[in-house]
Amino acid sequence: MDINKELILKVAKNARLELTDQEIKEFLPQLKEVLNSFSELSKINTDKINPSFQPIDIKNKLREDQEEPSIDNKELLKNTKHKKDNYFLGPKAI
Amino acid sequence: MKIQEFIKKVQDKEIDVVEHTHKVLEECKKINKEYHYLNTISEELAIEQAKNVKKNPKGKLAGLPISVKDSICVKDIESTAGSKILKGYIPLKHATAVKKAINEGAIVIGKTAQDEFGFGGFSTNVGLNFKIPLNPFDKGRATGGSSGGAGGLTQKASFPHIALGECTGGSIESPASFCGVFGLVPTYGRVSRYGLIDYGNSLDKVGPLSKEAYGTALMLETISGHDPKDSTSLKEEVGSYTNYLTKKVKGLKIGVIKEAFSEGTDKSVSNVVWRSIKKLEDNGCIYKEITLPITMKYSIPTYYLLATAEASTNLAKYCGIRYGAHEKLEGNFDEYFTKVRSNNFGKEAKRRIIIGTFSRMSGFRDAYYIKAAKVRTLIIEEYKKALKNFDVLITPTMPILPPKFEELKKLTPLQDYMMDIMTAAPNLAGLPHLSIPVGFEKNLPIGMMAISDHLQEGKLIQIAKEFS
Repeated sequence: MDINKELILKVAKNARLELTDQEIKEFLPQLKEVLNSFSELSKINTDKINPSFQPIDIKNKLREDQEEPSIDNKELLKNTKHKKDNYFLGPKAI
Repeated sequence: MKIQEFIKKVQDKEIDVVEHTHKVLEECKKINKEYHYLNTISEELAIEQAKNVKKNPKGKLAGLPISVKDSICVKDIESTAGSKILKGYIPLKHATAVKKAINEGAIVIGKTAQDEFGFGGFSTNVGLNFKIPLNPFDKGRATGGSSGGAGGLTQKASFPHIALGECTGGSIESPASFCGVFGLVPTYGRVSRYGLIDYGNSLDKVGPLSKEAYGTALMLETISGHDPKDSTSLKEEVGSYTNYLTKKVKGLKIGVIKEAFSEGTDKSVSNVVWRSIKKLEDNGCIYKEITLPITMKYSIPTYYLLATAEASTNLAKYCGIRYGAHEKLEGNFDEYFTKVRSNNFGKEAKRRIIIGTFSRMSGFRDAYYIKAAKVRTLIIEEYKKALKNFDVLITPTMPILPPKFEELKKLTPLQDYMMDIMTAAPNLAGLPHLSIPVGFEKNLPIGMMAISDHLQEGKLIQIAKEFS
């Protein structure tokens, strides 16, 4: 597996991260080492094995669709500076 | 004073809990100046809670000071998970585990230091502008991580205290081992994750650290139980874990995992743990050496691929709009989001986001993320098979003595990840496990880890009691 600068930049872009030149220089050999080592999993035969996304068997747990009290609008906006007219204010979407 | 005696005295009004809490807070400030165990000391809240307890000294944790890892939300107290991106975040609610402890009279003294979002085994990957906690036995060495502040404070505090920590792949066991205290990781789902700032949802567990086996049992029975707010929490009834403190270990079958004592493990660690196994044998346990070839060989890549995949999606919610770090609102959504994340995540968080995003990307997903999830199945099966024949499995908790900071600086990220060789596997299988302080070498503590089957925490407490 060729882990190169282009690939790292593509992954970083997907993850919405802008890496500095210094970070790229530092991360590239580190990520190469990590991902090459982790590819040793390919040596294990898992042909008839189901993946486990949880450590124990958890069935779907559904609750009744009932109205419940929610958090007060003002309380919810306490943790942000970006608000207007009781709404969160975000960057331009379009 | 021991925890049990302290709580009894508070309940009997023989201790002025407000006065005691003031003294505790003063000691915390003093310790913190030197060792950096607390990101926040919650003075006002603690005094208010102490006044309430003084009026009504009931509850099984009456007046007991507890610390809470910074990734576990405490209402009205800044909770950052050790990250600059959450600086200033004030939760509107308590995490369920915190609420249950407070309902039993516990007093929250502060939020403990940690690796950013739990991304580390030594508490050296703290977020930007956070201080690294120092080992209570040697300030030039690491506390272990990621619940490093919890481990350090638990050891250093002269007052009765229990810490609430959190573990994804070793974050309770590692600091427990390096700071010489007990650290219990419950079965996945035994304790609600509601209010926990998540790292990897299928791996995260809240659990206690204490100087006494009693403290881990007492806190576990306080915080366990089903929570409708956490769909992964288990409905099974919670027993009395403190009852196991009086049960004898005679007849318990122990499987000693052979690979855990190979050349990668420091000899002094192996010797002390083996001596402890012999002690258990003297007390009536029967042990046999076993091998777990897939588990011990492949748990590190399996764990890191799954944990980073989950982390990289979890961290997508920090977009600088609703809470946490903000930047000036300019550019489009992607530009703004990228700026907030790039300026506020630390290096290890960025590395893990990249590994996790990579393993889930089209073209790589089957070979990395899905493959790891399949190997996880094999690891769970291997453990389950072993636990049919044994009550408890034993390994050292960490393969090394608490490392010096300059030694850690020389490690590459992969070498750093390899230090989780003992702890990653039981976490992948969601098995309960407990790090027990069993001895010292060169004045540095050594931990032994006991692992049991799902919901068999009682057996771990039985074993721990032998060393308390």
